[in-house]
This record gives sequence, C-alpha cells and structure tokens, in this order.
Amino acid sequence: MRSLKYILRRLLYAIPTLLAISILTFALSRLAPGDPVRLFTFGATDLTQQDIEALRHTYGLDQPAPVQYGDWLWSAVFFDVGRPPSLASQSILYHRPAAGLLFERLGNTLQLALAALLLQLLIGVPLGVIAAFKRGSLTDKFVRIFAVSGHALPTFWLGLMLIYLVSVNLRLLPSQGLLTIGHDQWDIPDRLRHILMPAFVLALAGIANYSRYLRTETLEVISQDFIRTAHAKGLRERTVIVSHAFRNALIPVVTALGGILAVLVSGALIVEQVFTWPGVGQFTYAAVRSKDYPIVMAGVMFASTLLVLSYIIRDIAYSVVDPRIKAS
Amino acid sequence: MTATAEVTLERREVVPLRRTAAGLWSDAWYRLRRDRVTMAALAVIVLLILVSLAAPIFEELVFRYKFDQQDLLHAYNPPTLDPIYYIFGADEIGRSQAVRLLYGGRVSLGVGFAAASLQLTIGVGLGLAAGYLRGRIDELVIFVITVLNSIPQIFLLLIVASLFAPGPLPLIGIISVLGWTQITNFVRGQTLSLREREFITAAKTIGATTPRVLFRHLLPNVMPLIIVLAAIDVGTIMLLEAALSFLGLGIQPPIPSWGNMLTNATQYFFRGGHLVVTPGFLIFMTVLCLYLVGDGLRDALDPRLKTH
Repeated sequence: MRSLKYILRRLLYAIPTLLAISILTFALSRLAPGDPVRLFTFGATDLTQQDIEALRHTYGLDQPAPVQYGDWLWSAVFFDVGRPPSLASQSILYHRPAAGLLFERLGNTLQLALAALLLQLLIGVPLGVIAAFKRGSLTDKFVRIFAVSGHALPTFWLGLMLIYLVSVNLRLLPSQGLLTIGHDQWDIPDRLRHILMPAFVLALAGIANYSRYLRTETLEVISQDFIRTAHAKGLRERTVIVSHAFRNALIPVVTALGGILAVLVSGALIVEQVFTWPGVGQFTYAAVRSKDYPIVMAGVMFASTLLVLSYIIRDIAYSVVDPRIKAS
Repeated sequence: MTATAEVTLERREVVPLRRTAAGLWSDAWYRLRRDRVTMAALAVIVLLILVSLAAPIFEELVFRYKFDQQDLLHAYNPPTLDPIYYIFGADEIGRSQAVRLLYGGRVSLGVGFAAASLQLTIGVGLGLAAGYLRGRIDELVIFVITVLNSIPQIFLLLIVASLFAPGPLPLIGIISVLGWTQITNFVRGQTLSLREREFITAAKTIGATTPRVLFRHLLPNVMPLIIVLAAIDVGTIMLLEAALSFLGLGIQPPIPSWGNMLTNATQYFFRGGHLVVTPGFLIFMTVLCLYLVGDGLRDALDPRLKTH
C-alpha cells in the first residue's frame, strides 16, 4: 500500500516536469522558420490568400501563442477527439498525427534499448566483479583499460567501423534494418542477427560504466568484516562472491541506471542513424532534417516521457533493492 | 619539499620516510607526479594543444601547404613521406590531411575547452548559490535541472542546433547553455555539506558578506572537484561535437574540425580508408587522455576518494 502511494506520488511529480518540457519544446518550435500553413499546403498552387487565412483560422493559427500551446497539448494528450486537430501535432510530410507515426516506431526503439541494457548488465556487471576479486591481475588491468576507453570512442565511429569490418569485410552480420526484407516478422534468429551490432554499440559506454562501478563497489564490500567471516566459515569462493559480495554490490547497479538510461535514449538516436534502425530517434532526426517540426516536437516529448518513466522505474527498483531507503 | 626524516639503508640510499604536509596543491602535485599514467596522459594533452596552436607555423615551415589548398590530381593519395604534406594522405580534393588535422584540432579542442569553461562558470555559480542560499533559488535551480535532465540531451541539441547556424561560436553557446546541469549538481552537493561546517559559521560570525563566503570560503573548497569535472567535461564535449557533426549539425565545412573531418571521411570509406583513421584516433586519444587525467586528478586531489 505504501509503495503504491510512493509510485503514485512519483508519477504526480513527473507532471510539472513534462509540462515544462512541453512548453520548452513548443517555444523552440515557434522559433522555427516558415509558416505552418504554407508548409502544410506546399505544392498547392491554386490557394488564394483567403484560403490561407481560412486555413489559419480553422487550425487556430490566428490565436495567441498560449492558446495554440493549449491546442497542441490537448491534441497530444487526447488525440484530437471531437475537434479540428492542432496543426502543431500534424506531420507536415505525412499529413497524419505525429504521435501515431512515432508510436509505430516506439517498439523498435524499446527493443534496441532493452537489448543494450541486457548486454550492459550481462557483460558489465560480471566484468567488474571479476576485476575486483582479481585485483591487480592482468584481467583487472584489462577491465580498467576497457572501462576508460569504452567511454572515449565516438559511438558513430565505432558503429561504422564495425559495419566495415563485420558486415562488409567478414560478411557475418547484416549492417542495417530490423530484419531481412521478405523474411517473416517472427523470424527470431534473423532479428537477433540484426539487433546484435547496434545493441552492442549502444551498450558499450554502459558496459564500461558498469564494470568500473561494480569494481569499485565490490572492492569496498569485500574489504568488510562479513566477507572475512564468510571466508572464515569455510564457504567456497563462488558462494562468497555470488551470495555475499554480489548482492551488496547490486545497489549501485540500480543507482547508475539513471545515467545509463539517459545515455541509452540519447545514444539510440545516433545508433539508429548509423544502423538505419527505424526507431523514434531516427525518425525524429529525419524530421529535423526535413523541417517537419510537429514530428520533432512529438519526438522530443516521446523521448523525454520515456526518460522520465525510466527514472521512476529506477527509483522504484532502488527502494526494492535497498530496503534501507525509505520511500520518501 | 624536504624530507623530515631520512634513513640510510645498507646501500647508502637516502629514502624519505615522511614528507611534511605542504598544502593541498603541492601535496596533490606530489602524488600526481608519481602517477605515471596520468602524467603521460597530461603530456599528450599538452602536446596536442601546443601543436594545434602552432598550426600556422607547421603549415608555413614544415608542410609548406595551405590548409585549403587543393590538388585534384592527388585526391585520396595514401599516406606518404614524399611530399611531406601527404604524411597522413590527401582527402577527396587533394587537401593535406595533416595540415587540416592541425587546424581541426584548434577548432575541436577550442570548442571543448571554451564550452567546458562556460559550463563550469554557469554550473559552479548556480551550484554555489543554490547550495548555500537554499530556499527559492535552490528550488528553482533543482527544477530546471530536473527538466533539462529529463530531455535526452541529443534531442535537445538537435532542435537547437537546427534552429541556429552551427558555427563554432553558436555551438559553444548551445552546448554550454544546455549542459551545465551535472556540474551544478555536483557543486551543489558539496556546498550543501560544506555550509554546515564550522569555518563557514566562523566566517559568518565575524561578519563576512555572502559573496565573500561564497567566493573566498566555499569556492576554494570545491576547486578540486571543479578541476576534475573540467577535465572530464572537455572530453565529453569533444565527443558531443563529433556526434553533432555526424548528424550534420556540428561545425560546417570548410572549417575543419576533427568531428566533421571524421564524418566527411566516412563517405569515402572505400576510396580513402586512411582518412577515417586519423581524426577518429585523435578524438579517441584526446578524450581518453582527458578522462585519465580526470581520474588521476581525483585520486591526487582527494586520496580519500581513491578507489581504483
């Protein structure tokens, strides 16, 4: 009951943040050059000035900015039910609601982000724990070098290099897209082959982060008395690592999640672009290039909502992993 | 720095047993000097900065080839020592990759350091004010940070960079205005704990004004943290510049930056593979060294934090 209240409160706190983001986004889009009606009717040569004025009126573009913002927000939240849609929510290029277009691509982005998160946890966490237990060894040195250099690589460069090596030269993995054209949508092996490289590139910084974090934290934990006691009891090394040290080192895994999720959502844009992955980021970027600002605005809102929600999930996970943290 | 106690070993070596504590900075310098990895990284950074600053000298005296000079007959010339200006090869219109890298370094490092110092100015100012004054200012700062941190940075940069012409100066402005939140968070956190300490109470008791407390008492105490953050920040910004270049929203050619040279080179992967290697390697090396320096500085400035 108490945790439900906590979750509800966290969700409520997210509302002013999202409102502020929407105001910021709307204000920025106002700075964009070009009249929305002109852009929307681009190519229609038989429009008179009256027609344009009428369109401006229909879509509420003759209203003051706060009213227009309200219209846009209404459209965004209630999907244009029972009124002419706000032009600011309609894609100029596709003549469809921007939110719908983005929804179709949301699944792909989530797939990629979750795959990357999984790789980060599966590779980064064990690396850090092993490095801590074998402190000073060759493995430890390797992990530390990897942890720093994993951060220093430009993502897109790594992606392009991998495409060049793995796809072009070795012909091992496909270089772009979700799945091979013509293949069944549920051809899982084919999808896995496609997601492997982008997920790895997206995951690299996080893997580095996690291995570093976990190493530090595990070192701290294993110098404590209860680990010595566990050893003294004659427990096997494996048992000590898994059920004593690892459990306690898990808390920072959750703490680090916030920063890592931000990097995932942000980084996804670049990785999607490199691997032509049809996700929210790639679509938003294409919209920036073609000056389709309604989609850009919706894309920013989508990505931000995703991030805010993942922060909330992190906080909930945090209070589950570490009961000492009171839900306050 | 002299040793306070010495012992003479059998082989008559003089080994200092203990040094006098000589203040934060010289202590840190003492520790830093023994950290070979950090010193090497620092040397690389200083070298890169000096070489980039000396770009016109190299252009005139060593390579004798203008950075925008073209030679279509030698497009994609692979790296060679003859002529010397093609030591890193020629690009798609026969310009010297080496000379362009020198000038690109000026832009990339310049953007990195300039944006980082602006970010630090904003971040430290707001962090100190919010942490020390608390109240309304603190709440406002925290709210703005929450909002900015909830927008994935690249999306925000994308819109803003597409609205303004992406030259070096606007880019510095955009990156600084949107990227100060992390620094503010760190500085605010430190200030929150420092303001409860006795020396601050003492300063206030003898009538120190708020600006004096902020700049004479608090600022010196967060300085070590700021220096560490600065080193890491410059690296992060250089990566950001490269990423924005890749998205076509960074610094535009013909002004060379490592980011746009790298992006440009990826279009000629098959004809001039050598063009991809050098800018990518330079970005990687610089950022790596900056991160290493940041790590080393943290260990040197605050041994209590030493965990690696």
